[in-house]
Amino acid sequence: MKKILLQEIARVVANKRLGGDHFKLVLRSKGIASSAAPGQFIQIRVSAGTDPLLRRPISIHRVGAGTLELLCEIVGKATMILSEARPGDELDLIGPLGNGFGLGCAKAPVLVAGGMGVAPLAFLAEKLSKLKPLVLIGARSKKQVLCVDEFRKFGCKVMTATDDGSLGLKGRVTQLLENVLKGASGPRVNIYACGPRPMLKELSRLSVKYNVPAEISLEEHMSCGIGACLGCVVGTKSGFKRVCKEGPVFDAGEVIWQEE
Amino acid sequence: MNPKLSVNIGKLKLKNPVMVASGTFGYAEEFRDFMDIKKLGAIVTKTITINPRPGNPAPRTCETPAGMLNSIGLENPGLDAFLKDKLAPLAKTGVPVIVSIASEIDPAEFIELCRRLDKVSAAAAIELNISCPNILDLKNRSKIKTLISQDADSTYALVRSVRKVTKKTLITKLSPNVTSIAEIARAAEDAGSDAVSLINTLTGLSIDVDDMSPKLAVVTGGLSGPAIRPVAVRMAWEVFQKIRIPIIGMGGIIDAESALEFIIAGATAVSVGTANFIDPAVSVKILSGLRNYLKNKKIKDINELIGGLRVET
Repeated sequence: MKKILLQEIARVVANKRLGGDHFKLVLRSKGIASSAAPGQFIQIRVSAGTDPLLRRPISIHRVGAGTLELLCEIVGKATMILSEARPGDELDLIGPLGNGFGLGCAKAPVLVAGGMGVAPLAFLAEKLSKLKPLVLIGARSKKQVLCVDEFRKFGCKVMTATDDGSLGLKGRVTQLLENVLKGASGPRVNIYACGPRPMLKELSRLSVKYNVPAEISLEEHMSCGIGACLGCVVGTKSGFKRVCKEGPVFDAGEVIWQEE
Repeated sequence: MNPKLSVNIGKLKLKNPVMVASGTFGYAEEFRDFMDIKKLGAIVTKTITINPRPGNPAPRTCETPAGMLNSIGLENPGLDAFLKDKLAPLAKTGVPVIVSIASEIDPAEFIELCRRLDKVSAAAAIELNISCPNILDLKNRSKIKTLISQDADSTYALVRSVRKVTKKTLITKLSPNVTSIAEIARAAEDAGSDAVSLINTLTGLSIDVDDMSPKLAVVTGGLSGPAIRPVAVRMAWEVFQKIRIPIIGMGGIIDAESALEFIIAGATAVSVGTANFIDPAVSVKILSGLRNYLKNKKIKDINELIGGLRVET
């Protein structure tokens, strides 16, 4: 089926500060919300002027009845402006963009999030809730561990790892994952992951070592988000692929990792 | 009464002067959901080379104040795949397709490309991209040092050599990274170019100070967007005073007003580039803005506006 892309003016319904630099934006959206799939993203125009000039890609965190939810962290000027959006403000969106996660063959899904990587995985967890996914969340410390209650609401089991040990395992989320994979028995595990590159690289190594399929969502600098500018490529076994168009979700085994 | 918007670029008749710039519109398929492509005056394709090119490693783009740097590296499927897969659906829109071409190392590749495109009826015109600042010499892993468009004699020789093998409208795309762009434009005109397009991107460098590293993988890139517009408009005006062939103006056009700046400076047509990334439907909005401007000013024909800059002396 051909996917239709939309340009929508969406009204801000709510903007909730979640503590720290995190916030959740709820936008009124008819078209994009009704056709979005987990792992897809939108391109959001932050300013009507030239600063910032380009749209910013933001993954779809949840969809409701006629609403889109975005989970964001203030990391620069664009996200700072978004964090100050008020109910009633209008934002220019393009979406739903990219290819999301494959849902078909999952039996025992394991969702692995690093930091803000929880954002698209909440939408996925909701879709897969019948399968009661296992969710592994890694972050620098307890304060950066987001969405635990949301995942539990979907019937997920949640385990956490923090760099400083303030919540869950002291260490990397990929260590948690390896523990899970070592002990796995029963239905075949499918990994779905989103997070920083080093985490995804290690996760890809584990998916080979334990012979389990893994789908990973990548980030790259984007300009257009619709496949025109060829800016956001990633090296794969079949050449450069556009993260915005062929991705952002790729099979872990496809991606060629650069030396960090 | 509706003002007349049609303009001529060489043998090419455009129903209106709003085009989309090479490398910013893919092969048009990415924009179909957002706008009526048929409304465009012309489409300039992503630059094609004889052989497929993978392009440069990422990061390939970064945002800069009111602009962006890019170093895509002419990623394209090569001439054969372009002719087989991309050109026919593009031409089906009825909008004239201007095929942008470049050589990788040997300028003689331009001759081969033009010779082959000359026989392709779906190619309405050819744009000679002799000004891309991002071509990596894939063997030596270094950027090509001097662009053809940075030297008047080289520009003359190149245009002259391709003029001999094609009757199609030839548009020479010029680099702003020169001392006198008017001199290069003159060389292109003297060698038989039907039009010039300007400007290509300005070479730039953006640095991540935490890492003390360049923001682009290949260090430098081409600057585009509103940041370069005054430079581009000035160059259009300078070139307009020195040549008789039409100018296609570009560089930071984001709305009708910025398109009008180029036309008043001397451009016969305009190309929308980076703005396509910000608003995929912007080109048709610019077109309707141009129409409104002419109506409000009671100008019957857009050709009356070209080069109409009023300078008190």
